[in-house]
Amino acid sequence: MEDLQKLENGIISGIAAQDTLTGLEDLRVAEVGKKGHVSLLMRELGKMTAEEKKEFGPKLNGLKTRIMKEIAARKDELEAQELNRRLQSERIDITLPSPSENSGSIHPITQVMDEVAEIFTELGFSIAEGPEIEEDFYNFTALNIPPHHPARQMHDTFYFPEDEAGNRKLLRTHTSPVQIRTMMSGPPPYRIIVPGRTYRCDSDATHTPMFHQVEALVIDKDIHMGHLKWCIEEFCRKFFDLNDVKIRFRPSYFPFTEPSAEVDIGCAFKDGEILIGEGDDWLEIMGCGMVNPRVLENVGLDPDEYQGFAFGMGLDRIAMLKWGIPDLRDFFAADLRWLKHYGFAALDIPSLSTQKSGGRSPRDRGSSSSPKGGRPPINKNSGSK
Amino acid sequence: MKFTLSWLKEHLDTDADVNGISEKLTAIGLEVEEIHNPADDLAPFVIAEVLEAAPHPDADKLQVLKVNTGTETLQVVCGAPNARAGLKGAFAPSGATIPSNGMKLRPTRIRGVESNGMMCSEQELGLGDNHDGIIDLPADAPVGTRFSDYMRMDDPVIEIAITPNHQDALGIYGIARDLAAAGIGTLKAQNITTIKGAFGCPQKVVLENPEACPVFAGRLIRGIKNGPSPEWLQKKLRALGMKPISILVDITNFLTYDMARPLHVFDADRIQGDIVVRLSKAGETLAALDDGEYTLDDGFCVITDDSGVIGLGGVMGGISTACQPDTVNVFLEAAWFDPITIAMAGRALGIDSDARYRFERGVDPETMLPGIELATKLILDICGGEPSEVIVTGEAPVISKMVALRPGRVNHLGGVNVTKEEITKILRRLGFQVTKNSDLLDVIIPSWRCDIDGEADLVEEVLRIHGFEHIRSTPLPPASRDIDTGLNAMQKRVRIAKRSAAGQGLREAVTWSFLPSAQTRLFAELKPELVLGNPISSDLDAMRPNLLPNLITAVRRNMDRGFKNVALFECGNQFADDTPAGQSLILAGVRRGQSGAKHWNSTPKDVDAFTAKRDAEIILRAIGVKIDNAQVVAEAPPWYHPGRSGTIRLGPKNILAWFGEIHPAICTALDVKGPLVGFEILLEDIPLPKAKNGNSRGPLKASDFQAVERDFAFVVDRDVTAADLIKAVRGADRKLCHDVTLFDVYVGSGIRENQKSVAISVKLQAIDKTLTEEEIELFSSTVIANVQKRTGGILR
Repeated sequence: MEDLQKLENGIISGIAAQDTLTGLEDLRVAEVGKKGHVSLLMRELGKMTAEEKKEFGPKLNGLKTRIMKEIAARKDELEAQELNRRLQSERIDITLPSPSENSGSIHPITQVMDEVAEIFTELGFSIAEGPEIEEDFYNFTALNIPPHHPARQMHDTFYFPEDEAGNRKLLRTHTSPVQIRTMMSGPPPYRIIVPGRTYRCDSDATHTPMFHQVEALVIDKDIHMGHLKWCIEEFCRKFFDLNDVKIRFRPSYFPFTEPSAEVDIGCAFKDGEILIGEGDDWLEIMGCGMVNPRVLENVGLDPDEYQGFAFGMGLDRIAMLKWGIPDLRDFFAADLRWLKHYGFAALDIPSLSTQKSGGRSPRDRGSSSSPKGGRPPINKNSGSK
Repeated sequence: MKFTLSWLKEHLDTDADVNGISEKLTAIGLEVEEIHNPADDLAPFVIAEVLEAAPHPDADKLQVLKVNTGTETLQVVCGAPNARAGLKGAFAPSGATIPSNGMKLRPTRIRGVESNGMMCSEQELGLGDNHDGIIDLPADAPVGTRFSDYMRMDDPVIEIAITPNHQDALGIYGIARDLAAAGIGTLKAQNITTIKGAFGCPQKVVLENPEACPVFAGRLIRGIKNGPSPEWLQKKLRALGMKPISILVDITNFLTYDMARPLHVFDADRIQGDIVVRLSKAGETLAALDDGEYTLDDGFCVITDDSGVIGLGGVMGGISTACQPDTVNVFLEAAWFDPITIAMAGRALGIDSDARYRFERGVDPETMLPGIELATKLILDICGGEPSEVIVTGEAPVISKMVALRPGRVNHLGGVNVTKEEITKILRRLGFQVTKNSDLLDVIIPSWRCDIDGEADLVEEVLRIHGFEHIRSTPLPPASRDIDTGLNAMQKRVRIAKRSAAGQGLREAVTWSFLPSAQTRLFAELKPELVLGNPISSDLDAMRPNLLPNLITAVRRNMDRGFKNVALFECGNQFADDTPAGQSLILAGVRRGQSGAKHWNSTPKDVDAFTAKRDAEIILRAIGVKIDNAQVVAEAPPWYHPGRSGTIRLGPKNILAWFGEIHPAICTALDVKGPLVGFEILLEDIPLPKAKNGNSRGPLKASDFQAVERDFAFVVDRDVTAADLIKAVRGADRKLCHDVTLFDVYVGSGIRENQKSVAISVKLQAIDKTLTEEEIELFSSTVIANVQKRTGGILR
């Protein structure tokens, strides 16, 4: 037999010297393949005596095992080197831009409607809608605003031409006609909010001929002004994302409610910004009251059995307050720069489970019209070319 | 409504300061809009004495004054002709702002002479019209004293907003009464003495229309001397921003503000014959006190004499019988006019007067005689003269009525516990008469509260005086019966549709519901019932019959700003007529340019009809339409390109959406450079899912056996549609045919002129086995046969 130790040393150093996978494979075949060097040595065992077998058998087997192990280890090494080389050669400039579709957006009016719907759904309300071209009866008369009432002057109404019967339709001046339609279409109790487009013949820096309102109506047996107050507080707390909200009721007048109140929310006016939930100033945000018994009678309800409240506010206005949007007129201009700046992502669907403002300190909970809580004003330059 | 603190205190005994009063006013529903103290405007102005007045070396009309301001002596160049040594007047130092013109003073040189500060005229201080010279105060005026202190100008003017139900607060006395009821001081009793007439009233009054004017009182006062009002009266009116005119006019204005009682004074010598109060006839005219010439319609309440109309009752008097400086005999009138008649006339003629403002909200009829007496007293005191007896023609309307109040209603409606005693006290302080009637309170409404209609109004009265801050916030109880909450299926659909559109790169816009009527004609016949009678502008005069035109013009505006690629959508109502059924909710979108930005690795595609089709299909799928069950047909409304548009429908009568390229003529008419593509989804016409199986989707039937794909290329005539071809392929074996994809359309060399080659890939799969080669072959030949039979197509 050859000097096995010498043989092993030669083969092991041969393995280590291989720097390609094919070279290593050739070596493997040459040494431990079927007709390889070591295999031929093992074949010779058959010609040996029992004693010789006893001595050389384990030696040869050990030799083969060690060689195989060395080859496998070297193979792993070479493969890893090979992969590394490939990966290096495959390097790309990952800072190149990905192919992008133009992204779309949701208008703040839709977003604010969805938020409001979410909050009132949790309070047990459903959403009612109605026609924008209305009859005088639903928009005024049934709401206790008879012809010539001075309150009609508070509504700059858009009218359509008179028909043969002398009636003229109008564009609803508020969402309140839907209260009447709802109450006339089924039995109480009612718990609805009514979002939608409304129209007044008015156009200046703070008024547009079309705007949006949302109003709420609750009619049941024992509803009183305390429930109204709670409801408004809950809404403001959730909408403006405040733990604590200061609300002030001021006596006011609306023909369709009695008693009536205007609602102010605590705020601070600082450097031309409105910070909701801070300071000692007040900002009027909505009108409300107990539904006037005349209105209940007009829809055939007994005011001694059913009573409730209604409140209404400008959706555009609360959107402006919440997100710091300065100019109402821009809402309706369809300016891509504005839509991009103030719009919302398609999947940013308001949900109460994600609305809470997490671990901010109470001091920071003010929702504001400032860059802090809202969005900075849009910088209108030219469009992208 | 404006008033001064001092005027208020003539009726209200109170220690409260202006802030306390202001807070309470707002708390009881008389919202304070502004508080302005005129003394604040004149804070730096002091009384100064002219020590010397010398001619200006370089100007004839100017003088150089040495002025003692009390603290220093300054040189002032002055152009007033009455400036002289010894004069005491109002001095404005450098740094002060002149109220009338906002000019801020600083040391200057006038024609080469140094000048520090200014001696002021009345007009410059906003105290009157006099600008002939500087203010010339009495010799005992204390030099160095603040001018506003000396003039007692420290009297805040409070302006409150008046809601239509607070006609009683259109007089300062009424405001004082409300404040007293709310615990701010005590109401002072009005001192009204009846002045006995010296002779019978010779003026006859006839009321022809008792609905419009049920009562008319008057008295003749003869031998008076008119002229400018005394200073106290002028000052009162000026403080409220009114211009003093003459004693007689100023007295009526004074009482209008003091007790919400409009009155009128005629020059009795210019009234011809009897006064007849009647309704106007169309065409009658009046030269009114505001210098307007008005032509009247039928039905206004007018005061007439033999000469014709001499006044619009309760709105404005006429020039022909107006008092003049030389008037000696006057007829003083106080009447009551129907609010609706007044409002109608005022609105029709566009006259806003203090009288109209009060009469259309309801004047207290019981102030008629007190008003006459107070006015008489003032006229006699200031102008002298001799009064006749008062004549009253007609009868005053009765405002007072009884309303029963259940004391528990305050809590049940208002959510505040107020005791019966407290309720009674509050109402009495407001002037209501309250008597107990077993469990009820019988409440008699005072004549100045015509707004009180029923029990709810009384609850409001109690609440507002007791304080709205006491209303206790109470969680809403569960509804007395189970009711729906949240979004209904349609509302949920709208929400998903909008967000799906935004997810495809369209930006949501909200555009006007109206547009120029010329533009509506591009989309529908212009219906007169959809054209506004009083549009805000001619550009916004018709209700939109379609959402696209406003979106298309928005594309144009954005292109003008430099955007080449525009993708917008809107979800809103469009109007086919003026009925509720004519209103339909649509989601429409438009795209222009390319669907993506320039990119290093991919070329952006121009938008085309298929972009719009894809938009529509994705949204439809998002809102639950099984788009594979819908048909696409090559028909669309005329605002689409006739060869590049389509309809997605479930059947001929159930259209879900239109899409395609916008007709080039529409683009031209709306002045936008195309091509433009768009789509409209008829959200309300899509059937709602039937809740047949509830929410269950049934078990999944998935095949575990191998699917195979086979590709076919057919040559067909050009006018064979893809839909027909796919239908023919699918019809070969609906069970095996799992999926059909059209992946190539080829025209050109190798294909005849009027033909095209269409490549289709079919995925085959059986639910129960792996398909054999024979079965696949059989399917293929059926496909080929079917395509040939249905479309004439030949396998290429």
